[in-house]
Amino acid sequence: MLILHKVYNSFVMKPVIILEKISVRYRAPEARIRTFKEYIIQLLRRKVRFKEFRALSNVDLRVDEGEIFGIIGRNGAGKSTLLKVVSRVLMPTEGRVRLRGRVSPLLELGAGFHPELTGRENVLLNGTLLGHSRREVESRLMEIIEFSEIDAFIDSPLRTYSSGMVARLGFSIATTWKPEILILDEILSVGDEAFRAKCEIRMARFRDEGTSTLLVAHDMITIGKLCSRVMWLDHGEVKAVGLAKEIVDLYRASQRAKKKV
Amino acid sequence: MENYSLTKEMQSFNEIEFTYDSQKRKSPALEELFSIIRYRDLIYQLIRRDIVSRYKRSILGVLWTMLQPLGMMLVMNIVFSKLFGRVEGYTAYLLSGLVAWSFFSQTTTSAIHQIVWGGALMRRIYLPLTAFSVSSSGTGVVNLFLSLLPLFLIVLITHRPITWAILFLPIPVLLLTAFALGIGLMLSTFAIRFPDIKEMYQIIIQAWMYLTPILYPEDIIPESYRHWVLYLNPMYYLIKMFRSLIYDGVLPSLNIIIIGSVIALGTLLIGWIYFSSRMDEFAYIA
Repeated sequence: MLILHKVYNSFVMKPVIILEKISVRYRAPEARIRTFKEYIIQLLRRKVRFKEFRALSNVDLRVDEGEIFGIIGRNGAGKSTLLKVVSRVLMPTEGRVRLRGRVSPLLELGAGFHPELTGRENVLLNGTLLGHSRREVESRLMEIIEFSEIDAFIDSPLRTYSSGMVARLGFSIATTWKPEILILDEILSVGDEAFRAKCEIRMARFRDEGTSTLLVAHDMITIGKLCSRVMWLDHGEVKAVGLAKEIVDLYRASQRAKKKV
Repeated sequence: MENYSLTKEMQSFNEIEFTYDSQKRKSPALEELFSIIRYRDLIYQLIRRDIVSRYKRSILGVLWTMLQPLGMMLVMNIVFSKLFGRVEGYTAYLLSGLVAWSFFSQTTTSAIHQIVWGGALMRRIYLPLTAFSVSSSGTGVVNLFLSLLPLFLIVLITHRPITWAILFLPIPVLLLTAFALGIGLMLSTFAIRFPDIKEMYQIIIQAWMYLTPILYPEDIIPESYRHWVLYLNPMYYLIKMFRSLIYDGVLPSLNIIIIGSVIALGTLLIGWIYFSSRMDEFAYIA
């Protein structure tokens, strides 16, 4: 099976995401300079020292069509930074990013929601925020509302929603259109069991239709269950890449070793 | 585990059509322009959100957009009409200047607020970052058109001549928009690095307003100062253009039109190019 998979991989699989030698360096002023006056003073004294912080260094990544690719690592390992590079929010300091198709990020649900607007108005706002035209959003409106299971409240202002309802609406908007690349950051931890199951079904359908998913999760069971391959990041560097089970086992072993020390 | 030597593998992908390649970017200013055109429906939604959310919980709603300049005019009229009462139809003179000025000050201030608000958004999702300033200008234009209604009313009441010149009003409105957008883009680029700009700008805009003939006629400025106070002030030309159409009922002089257009469009161009050249840094700072 494994050999078949590899052969299939090399002949048919087309890369959807290619990252080459990606580095992201933040230059943070050593003492935090926030006012203009301070900056000028420090600049005149030539005292603006910068401390370099490497969020990612030399990361290569290739994700193929229809793959669910997991990223694991401890807090601050650079997982979210990597997702930002792929979703074009962050231009890497070095390296090359190539993408094929539309990226739909679900980094934090409902980032663009406005509390005073109704659910319906927020759907239109968020749909266009994802780059769809108004007509496209309007034609899928019913479908979005239905999936999010908040039909009764869709014309109430968003501030009256529970956090679960907001999350459901956000997921529903972001996944109504089949993207070529789906980015999920810890979002499967929201919502109740039933909604989570619905989300997983939708993700599986996307995968079968060729969508590639980049998934960050701390829950190794989720990673092991959903992902085909996994990358383990540590302090901004690639520690290991490979089949999900192998990498998860490696990662777990190292975590256990650390706990013992 | 896989052996991750990508470079060799990569060469075989050169024939694949990628939709995005960070190494094959056109000029950032042009790319941003195409991007904002693609996202035009988002601009519409952002403008709508600004207008709807602002008045959603108030009883008078959108009526406030018209009442606000009227109220301000009323206050200033009481204070200054004794001083400048000799200006014919002072109320109309004052309101026409005030409407144009509040459009400029509101649009630029909101551009700064929007980019700060958008900080949370632009760290999560790709969108053309000029969208914040562009939608601020759009909201400003909608509010400006709403406040034209009370202005027309005052112009009628004070018996100012209404002529066909009024049909040209969209031109100074467009130039004002271009100028405000250019300034808004520059300001928001600074404001991301230095949040203090927000406070500083409030003082600057206050001083700037008093230096512009809005509540006083321009002839009270002594001849020797005019060069500095008036002719170097971009808003002088733009407000004069706006005012001559609606208050004087005549076309502005060719000189004013040319200088005003050059300043407005030049500011927009510089602001756009400057903003786009700094755009990539925003996610690192904000």
